[in-house]
Amino acid sequence: MDIWLQQLFNGLSLGSILLLVAIGLAFSFGLMNVINMAHGEMIMIGAYCAYLTENLVGSGGADIAFLLALPLAFAVAGAVGMALEVTLIRRLYGRPLDTLLATWGVSLVLQQLARSIFGAPNVQVTTPSWLQGGIAVTGAFTMPYIRLFIIGMVLVAILLVWLYLTRTAAGRRTRATMQNREIAAALGVRTPRVDMLTFGLGSGLAGLAGCALALIGPIGPSLGTYYIVDSFLVVILGGIGQVVGTAIAALAIGGANALLEFQLSASVAKVLVFALVIAFLQWRPAGIIARRAAR
Amino acid sequence: MPNPAPSPAPRHPGTAAALLRALLPVLLIGVLLFLAPAVLSDFRQNLLAKFLCFAILAVGIDLLWGYTGVLSLGHGVWFGLGGYAMGMYLKMEDADGRLPDFMNWSGLTSVPWFWKPFEHPWFALPMALLGPGVAAFIVGFLIFRSRVKGAYFSIITQALALILSILFVGQQQYTGGTNGLTNFSTLFGFSLADRTTQDALYYITVSLLLLTMLFALWLTRAPLGSLLVAIRDDEDRVRFSGHNVTAVKALVFAISAALAGLAGALYVPQVGIISPANMGIVPSIEFVLLVAVGGRATITGAVLGAIIVSWARSTLSENYPDTWLYLFGALFIGSVLLFPAGIVGTWRALLRTRRLPLRIPRSPLRPQLDPQGAAHE
Repeated sequence: MDIWLQQLFNGLSLGSILLLVAIGLAFSFGLMNVINMAHGEMIMIGAYCAYLTENLVGSGGADIAFLLALPLAFAVAGAVGMALEVTLIRRLYGRPLDTLLATWGVSLVLQQLARSIFGAPNVQVTTPSWLQGGIAVTGAFTMPYIRLFIIGMVLVAILLVWLYLTRTAAGRRTRATMQNREIAAALGVRTPRVDMLTFGLGSGLAGLAGCALALIGPIGPSLGTYYIVDSFLVVILGGIGQVVGTAIAALAIGGANALLEFQLSASVAKVLVFALVIAFLQWRPAGIIARRAAR
Repeated sequence: MPNPAPSPAPRHPGTAAALLRALLPVLLIGVLLFLAPAVLSDFRQNLLAKFLCFAILAVGIDLLWGYTGVLSLGHGVWFGLGGYAMGMYLKMEDADGRLPDFMNWSGLTSVPWFWKPFEHPWFALPMALLGPGVAAFIVGFLIFRSRVKGAYFSIITQALALILSILFVGQQQYTGGTNGLTNFSTLFGFSLADRTTQDALYYITVSLLLLTMLFALWLTRAPLGSLLVAIRDDEDRVRFSGHNVTAVKALVFAISAALAGLAGALYVPQVGIISPANMGIVPSIEFVLLVAVGGRATITGAVLGAIIVSWARSTLSENYPDTWLYLFGALFIGSVLLFPAGIVGTWRALLRTRRLPLRIPRSPLRPQLDPQGAAHE
């Protein structure tokens, strides 16, 4: 029983990381109709930001270094995302399959760049002292502080995104552009600017996710590729442009992975999760929460 | 776009001259490839044979992507299945009644039941085509049936590539794990190390490539070919005209997968190994690049793209191991951004003998993103 709870808890924290990554994909993929294969590299950039701040602050400051790394990762990944949107993706709107190939090229370049700067071997980030240990709930079930922190961070980030989208003027313009680009443009919304900011926001969130991943595993140039496919599945399963659907799908995929992995081997678990997603799409092709048909 | 939609590549050959013009590239490529061994070293000839396997696969991807508008990012799976079917046969022949070496190492005591039939070439060779073909038809039918289109289909096939390669790594006792299947000795009793065997394999590969090109030329000029282009340009309209779009798309997906399986089966005896690294996300997306560079919706383009890109990839990675990925990444970006019509498409546009085969918006003007339409576009 305890071991089940443990797995479920691990699944929850994996799912919350997937959610953070998938939100950015859902913006670009579902709403701007752009498939950003370089999104995984935003995770990688965020993770290396954590590594970089730790080295800059020095070994004594590991406790505050991580706190500094979070905004830095968001800013750097966001800036890279915005630069990508302005220089490349903007030229490819309306050609979703072409954006896919071009951003794959960007992803190759970014990975090789990381390899040139940081070297091919994986690097490690020291866990801050205030995140070591965990809460022992029952005998074999402990909730590590790291994973609790990740879940909390994701909750705060999602809340902030929601507030941004629903309570600010910029967020209102974003939603207007998402609903009807041309009417929004006709009413004076500068849609290219909205695209750039939304893209940057999504990339920044992936950077945050990377920062969180730095806590629980080694960092390598191809870190992003491990998470990008699962995140795409989350977006498809959740329903396009549905934040709630995306959240449910992220937790479902994270949980299913963790539970099945424990029962079977990791490779068989992946196959089963994929089969479940395909089976689910047979039943509900538009995902967990479908966009309303009538307007 | 002020002009109405340009028609796709002219079909209805009608005259002998048109037929000849369509067959001329095949003839030219065939002659060049049959003469190539005279000037190439054994090593280079072997490399070329490998590129030609990719060319067969590229024709399949072109039928699916260039003509039907369906982008699969999972063709490594079909290539791999074909390759493994061939590899299993070679392994069984190598073991000659005993247990294949890697099974011994991973603790199996007898050959698994699904390996048994692969000791017969009459089973293994058809399976290299039928296995991927039938599997792709089933997967494709299920996915297309739920009206998953465009980018969504691409992502799902990409997940398939990831998952199958993980599965093959994980099931080491049945698949050889990360190392894959290797250490082959003979094919139908002929030693694979022999020069004549490799020469024969080269000519077989060239012949099958030419047959594949002829088949693709015939298919795209047959009524089914028109249907494929129609699905690419307006799927809903084809569906409303009473055609079974799901079945047609699943069929072309299956044909494309079978060609990939054929490519895999030819690849294995000439390269000497098949492993999960040949079927994951990275090779799958590189296969698409072959067609993108050569020119979508042109058979010659797919073949030329496959040879040129594979050659560039192998030369660059040999000579510039540190920087070649930058160049390769730039090739992805550049081919999409600057030459969306590919080599053959750009060539045709330059000659102005034909119109661009593909309607690709050149201006950065955004098409309207209809919320419902966007969901499945």
